[in-house]
Amino acid sequence: MSEIIEALTEAVEDACVRHPSSADTNWNAALWSALDQIGITLLSIDEEEGGSGGDVSAAAAVLEVLGEYCAEVPFVETALQGAWLLASCRAEIPAGPMTAAVAGSGVTLAEESGAWTIDGELTRVPWARIAEHLVVLAGRHVVLLGRNDFEIEAGTNVAGEPRDRVTMRRVSLPASSVHSVPEDSDVTEELFVARGAVGRMAMSSGASRRALRMSLAYASERTQFGRPLGAFQSVQHQIARMAGEVMLCKTVSKFSAMALDEKEPSWQFEVAAAQVSTGEAAGTVAKIAHQVHGAIGFTEEHDLRLCTTRIWSWRDEFGGARRRAEEVGARALDAGAAGLWPLLAGK
Amino acid sequence: MEFLNLAAVREPERLVELRHRVRAFLADEISSGRITPHSDQWLAGWDPGFSRRLAEQGWIGMAFPAKYGGSAQGALARFVVTEELLAAGAPVAAHWIADRQSGQALLSFGSEEQRQAFLPVIARGECYFAIGMSEPDTGSDLASVRTRGARVDGGWKVSGTKIWTSGAHHAHAMIALIRTEPLGEKRHAGLTQVIVELPDPSVEVRPIKLLTGEHHFNEVVFHDTFVPDSRVLGEPGAGWKQVTSELAFERSGPERILSTFPLLVEALRESNRIGENVDRVRLGELISRLWALRQMSLAVAGRLEQGDDPAVAAAMVKDLGTTLEGDLIDSVRMMVGIEPDPAALSRLPRMLAEALLHSPGFTLRGGTNEILRGVVAKAVNVS
Repeated sequence: MSEIIEALTEAVEDACVRHPSSADTNWNAALWSALDQIGITLLSIDEEEGGSGGDVSAAAAVLEVLGEYCAEVPFVETALQGAWLLASCRAEIPAGPMTAAVAGSGVTLAEESGAWTIDGELTRVPWARIAEHLVVLAGRHVVLLGRNDFEIEAGTNVAGEPRDRVTMRRVSLPASSVHSVPEDSDVTEELFVARGAVGRMAMSSGASRRALRMSLAYASERTQFGRPLGAFQSVQHQIARMAGEVMLCKTVSKFSAMALDEKEPSWQFEVAAAQVSTGEAAGTVAKIAHQVHGAIGFTEEHDLRLCTTRIWSWRDEFGGARRRAEEVGARALDAGAAGLWPLLAGK
Repeated sequence: MEFLNLAAVREPERLVELRHRVRAFLADEISSGRITPHSDQWLAGWDPGFSRRLAEQGWIGMAFPAKYGGSAQGALARFVVTEELLAAGAPVAAHWIADRQSGQALLSFGSEEQRQAFLPVIARGECYFAIGMSEPDTGSDLASVRTRGARVDGGWKVSGTKIWTSGAHHAHAMIALIRTEPLGEKRHAGLTQVIVELPDPSVEVRPIKLLTGEHHFNEVVFHDTFVPDSRVLGEPGAGWKQVTSELAFERSGPERILSTFPLLVEALRESNRIGENVDRVRLGELISRLWALRQMSLAVAGRLEQGDDPAVAAAMVKDLGTTLEGDLIDSVRMMVGIEPDPAALSRLPRMLAEALLHSPGFTLRGGTNEILRGVVAKAVNVS
């Protein structure tokens, strides 16, 4: 880890400790302000575009810490997605937390003699209810909406994080809010989703690490048959398995961030394989963490659920593990016997 | 838990050209019929001719300095070559142990004379080593070895029995771990590594056939075998420390992930025929896991390249990787739906049988998965 990233993650960790996320709210405004003060809420966006500088790997390092503290802030949506779409169009990036979405078939963006309107519905938009702006990628246009331009029906993921339904009723848009995606930009729906997936992988590897730490602590505190749980070899082996899966999550999520920074021709395969494998690994971590914790971990009285429910949510967002697995399987079949190894080796 | 932090490694551009050269060489070996792909070839594929041809390309002893016949290209270059060899199912067993760890041990602990005596011949693909660790009553609990070295004039007189010694019947030398001081309070003290040159009239090598009937394993009995002082590796009494320092090399490599990969390649060849019926999701899960473990193994190689000793990370890679080697067989079974048949004329049922029959070894050799989990549990300090 470079020294800059190390300093950055230390600052973020410090902010997370000072402003803990609690299970009772679903938006940690104080933490967001602290991150804003550190000057990193627009990481991975060039400074000349109004961003915080750094690359996706730097953002992923921060996200791993945020994931470890189950931080309730829309960092992926703001830095890796909304700001990225706007910066790609050289549009001004507004202050405050954002969310972002791909328009899909339920949304119509129309222009009539210079006047733009957007109409339709977006489902499971992360953090929409607290976002000050919503950035929509509609075909080859990027649209910026303010908080008052849309209605919200609150929804959540299994961790209780906002995943809202957003309704836009023939919203008139000033021309300054509709931007064409420049010809030379790398913006695609696919890359938008991949940036979200890479962000979630980093958060999941943080959450996995948290689950491991909590399990270690619990195994040393809880005594049964006159011994701490950790003295039982069967428990030790379960925890060792967890550690292996945590290492997989961390190594692979870092690699997937690097894949987006480098954009080798193999990046799509790499991100897809990373999403499937980290989803599976984090799922194993969550499963073992609950087994080690016994009944208490399965209650509202214990914080283990904060990380395990997030793992269960995040692995199926942004494309989701199943679709990615199918994609990887199809690529392998296309590659065939002769192409399988070059596909895996990336060269 | 610092050991969990492995930097992600992207293969350096300078190695891509090497990778492609190895791949082209192997394609030629296969198409000319000189070699045939199989699973688990680093145990079962003993082919000195192939080892020599590899050595001619400079692909054995790549981590050795030039003055010992190597090319000093480092751990990542060696990773690239071994990975290509395993993925292609090439017969690498003859030189494998010497290249992977005996040479490394000689470099780390050997005398100048020992290095001169062995490293250049290893790098030429002409000198093969065996590992003398396990004993009839000593498997996972390595510190309990009972093979004894008694001090005699000018060296040690060794007596005792080693077991599960792959390739001892062909090898030119074995590095054996023996007890040179009586077992005391400190179990790890008093162990010494010695180089026993083979064949030797006082060393009896008895075959122990695998459940397939193949002969790779042996029982090796030392009948008062004389080992001169010049063939003690490193310091007498420092055997435990020396042995454990080999583990990161032994445990994290691609051979802990790819032993059954040639079977998957063959299944894909077949899947062109079964086409639409292949479960893409299940195949995708398998390939993703394989890819992920490869990234981990590469990341460990990156640490080795920097001169670190990532022993715990290596133990984790081996635990996950060897488990996957077995899971791959089941995925292929469910993908192709054929019976394993060791005598089949077509390749897939035969390779399925081979992989299946070799599978119990994957999670045993080089430290059972239970031992590995013990290493990891100790490192995360659970007790």
